[in-house]
Amino acid sequence: MGVGVYSYRHSQRSQPTSANAKQHRPAPDFTLPLIDGGQLQLSSYRGKVVLLDFWATWCVPCREETPHFVELQQKYGGQGLQIIGVSMDDSTDPVHTFYQQFHMNYPVVMGTADVGAAYGGVLGLPIAFIIDRDGLIYAKHIGATDAAVFEKDITTLLPAR
Amino acid sequence: MNPKKNIALLFLFAVCLISMEAFAQWSSIAPGRLISAEDLVKLIQSDKDKPLMFQVGSHILFLQAHIPGSEYAGAAATEAGLQQLRKRVESLPRNKFIVLYCGCCPWNHCPNVKPADDALHTMGFSNVKALYIADNFGTNWVAKGYPTAKGE
Repeated sequence: MGVGVYSYRHSQRSQPTSANAKQHRPAPDFTLPLIDGGQLQLSSYRGKVVLLDFWATWCVPCREETPHFVELQQKYGGQGLQIIGVSMDDSTDPVHTFYQQFHMNYPVVMGTADVGAAYGGVLGLPIAFIIDRDGLIYAKHIGATDAAVFEKDITTLLPAR
Repeated sequence: MNPKKNIALLFLFAVCLISMEAFAQWSSIAPGRLISAEDLVKLIQSDKDKPLMFQVGSHILFLQAHIPGSEYAGAAATEAGLQQLRKRVESLPRNKFIVLYCGCCPWNHCPNVKPADDALHTMGFSNVKALYIADNFGTNWVAKGYPTAKGE
């Protein structure tokens, strides 16, 4: 059996992969229910830099990233950054609890398989997309990603008007 | 103490730390109870008796892609998910070949496979394997071109 030969890298934080390459394709639009009522349409954020984060409450790397997203939203929100969380949880109850526990300061919607598929398949968490002010996907980050990587993308895109 | 000896000891200590980290999750499910993706693919494409396969992670991820013939059994990180799994298998013979998998997160961070494995062993199941997925189901299964189904 080949299990015995898996290498050390698998115990580490997920590293950027080739899938993180610059995308420059339109971000698929969607309308999804917000966890606190109402709907969110992605295209209504056109003109802003969007960090679209697919996550779940039970996903350990997602939990580690959330405080960094809260900080980034606080730091760059006034300059045009909008973080949007897409929860892949199966129910909203744990998401509500998580939202309050982590003092999340950005909208969270409940994801669907269709939206996951539209983004090329969300078949592991977390996955984050950086979307520029024109609604084009600038980057895709699979797995736990350093906050500095997100910040670099964001500060690259924010000046463009 | 000899400086060279000190360096060698430090190196050995660092290697031990790395190894402990690397195998922390591994040790929680005995290597003999793991199955690799390659071996599982061979098994499900062979004429041999197929294992009963349960995805014990996210339903939304299951709907997007899962192993053909596998069933969604609930997120085993939750008590509700564990109950769903226990209910599904309670009437099965305890020597039934069962494969558990998730793939929601990197192996060391998966919150679902270990509780599911523990639950089945507590129930007396003796032929259970956990599918080793290093990074996630998309990277280590779908992107490899292994058989995949969508929907329920």
